[in-house]
Amino acid sequence: MKALLLIAIPFAGAALAALWRGDRTRPWLMPVVGLVHTVLTFWMLFDPPAVAPGAWLAFDPLARAVLPAVSLLFLACAAYGVSYLRVRGERPNRVFVALLLALLGLLSAGHQARHLGLLWIATEALTLAAVPLLHFNGTARAFEATWKYLLVGGTGIALSLLGSFCLGYASLHGGGGGDLTFAALTAQGAGLSRPWVLIAWVLLLAGYGTKMGLAPMHTWKPDTYGEAPGIVSAMLAGGVTTVAFTAILRVRAVVAAAGDGAIADHTLVAIGLFSMIVAALFLLGTRDFKRMLAYSSVEHMGVLALGAALGRAGVWAALFHVWGNSLAKGALFLSAGNIRRAAGGRTLDEVRGMATLTPRSAALFVTGMFVVTACPPFGPFFSELRIVRAAFETHHGAAGAVFLGCLLFAFFGLTRVVFAIVDGRPRPGLHATARRYPETLGVILPPLALLAAVLGIGLALPEVLREAWTAAVAQLYPGP
Amino acid sequence: MSSNVNFLIGVAMGLNLLALGSSRLPSVIRAVAVQGMVLGLMPLLMEESFHWMVAFVAVVTMAMKGYFIPHLLSRAMRSANIDREVEPFIGFVPSLLLGAAGTIAAVAGARALPLLPEHAGTLLVPGALASVLTGFVLLIGRAKAISQVCGYLILENGIYLFGLLLIRSTPLLVESGILLDLTVGIFVIGIIVDRIQRAFDSLDTRKLTVLRE
Repeated sequence: MKALLLIAIPFAGAALAALWRGDRTRPWLMPVVGLVHTVLTFWMLFDPPAVAPGAWLAFDPLARAVLPAVSLLFLACAAYGVSYLRVRGERPNRVFVALLLALLGLLSAGHQARHLGLLWIATEALTLAAVPLLHFNGTARAFEATWKYLLVGGTGIALSLLGSFCLGYASLHGGGGGDLTFAALTAQGAGLSRPWVLIAWVLLLAGYGTKMGLAPMHTWKPDTYGEAPGIVSAMLAGGVTTVAFTAILRVRAVVAAAGDGAIADHTLVAIGLFSMIVAALFLLGTRDFKRMLAYSSVEHMGVLALGAALGRAGVWAALFHVWGNSLAKGALFLSAGNIRRAAGGRTLDEVRGMATLTPRSAALFVTGMFVVTACPPFGPFFSELRIVRAAFETHHGAAGAVFLGCLLFAFFGLTRVVFAIVDGRPRPGLHATARRYPETLGVILPPLALLAAVLGIGLALPEVLREAWTAAVAQLYPGP
Repeated sequence: MSSNVNFLIGVAMGLNLLALGSSRLPSVIRAVAVQGMVLGLMPLLMEESFHWMVAFVAVVTMAMKGYFIPHLLSRAMRSANIDREVEPFIGFVPSLLLGAAGTIAAVAGARALPLLPEHAGTLLVPGALASVLTGFVLLIGRAKAISQVCGYLILENGIYLFGLLLIRSTPLLVESGILLDLTVGIFVIGIIVDRIQRAFDSLDTRKLTVLRE
């Protein structure tokens, strides 16, 4: 019941927003719905509901392990959104608010989907709901980014549908009755037709990998994150990618039950490391600080894919990393939005000296940079440490070495861009622009809260989260 | 029943080649529209007994794929004042050859796949693979946004054909959900095409090159 409420409440909020008169008051619906959603998910985190084995939609251990992080991220973005939309008061926000709330409902549905078809429907709807949010700024560049997002994302989502059909046919060919819930597919296990399972795995990994932004299907990411408003980029980087990641985890469990877990793990290691290498190389070359965040996101998706391939300990660490990634990416995109508005530009040639123009946002941005480059004592340091340990324990020494090398180069790339825009003397005339966008509490507190949360899970990891991740790993690796 | 289905899939595969070889956008759109209609008919032919839900899905598919979406594309094409694909990334003859080779490979490759006895005699799997390949060639090889959307539609038609393998086992609720999503997807794409036309005053995707490293 509560599982359905997580979906129904945001949709009710979206409908209300669509009918609401008054552009000034409408944005307040976002934090209200976000708060209710967060309270509900955390309630369910502490008091997990029983899950019927055949349910199509449920707050199962895997959803419990990641959805609260996404909910928290949305709450911060929603709080920031009120101030953001006031600053951008010249644009009507009816569609924006309604779709952002619908996005939250679809994110809840995607995380809780335990049925192959339902999961696809939720992911496709997520892709489409994000489209009008991306071109909120209405510039030619925004439309270009939206077109690339639609074309690459649409193709990816089509491939994952084809993969879902193949997995369905694997079940049918093996004598299954057409029950496409993940529980039923896993139970069929070795009865699934092996060739079809492998075809399905390749297509689903390519399809959901596109949504996650794994290289080489990441090409939409820099364009989209570079042009979309900060809140939207944060929700895409911290929420939508998480849905795609849990989808890959669920499918991997089915493939492993069919007896091809080793092949699935090999492909995950390969695609994860390739994403990290590509991201590290582009991070060394990019001159645009919003595109830089997109490449950093590609890198972290690589980290997640690698973790997912490294057995129980790896998946546990990957779920930990999902939290760190979602919360830190939120803080970075929100503070980057503040800097971008005040600087009126986004490349190293235009932007410098932000430490004097927007001191608070610059401080948040630099701290966020240290979080995503896995500096202690923040959460990602510990999750990546666990992934490295899992790699060496499962005899993936070479992968562990490449992983560490990529982290080092990503660190060089990120620090290069971040300090170039923070340090130095601002361009003449920028003081006037910066004064138009003062650093109010509304745009500083949400990213600060996210950073505090990511520091919190680094310093003292709550017992309930450890237990939630252990339960999710047990769901994905049934048996001894 | 199987021979009728195979005939329709053959028609759809022929339309793939027509879409690949034509430089005129109206004929590509028309090929996609006819293909959508043909595929919409298939579920009716495949079910032995009449089922109102299947009939409903078939009618909606035909209306959407055969009339509504092509109509949207034609309107975008007229407002952008283009009716011809000039200088595609992959020429018309090479793409036709690619499509033909892909079709042959699809027929040969489908033999290697394990199929249930009732599907072994049909062209469903080769038809699906050939359409997916055709869709990819159009998506990659054409420069005009409308041609790319047509490629995406053919890609989706291929996936739809593959989905027919599962029509007896998956609940129609799922199928109709998927259909709805696809339709909305194309609708959104249509709107974006329209916006790009207004923002860039062109539907040539070669102009969309501001964003790069």
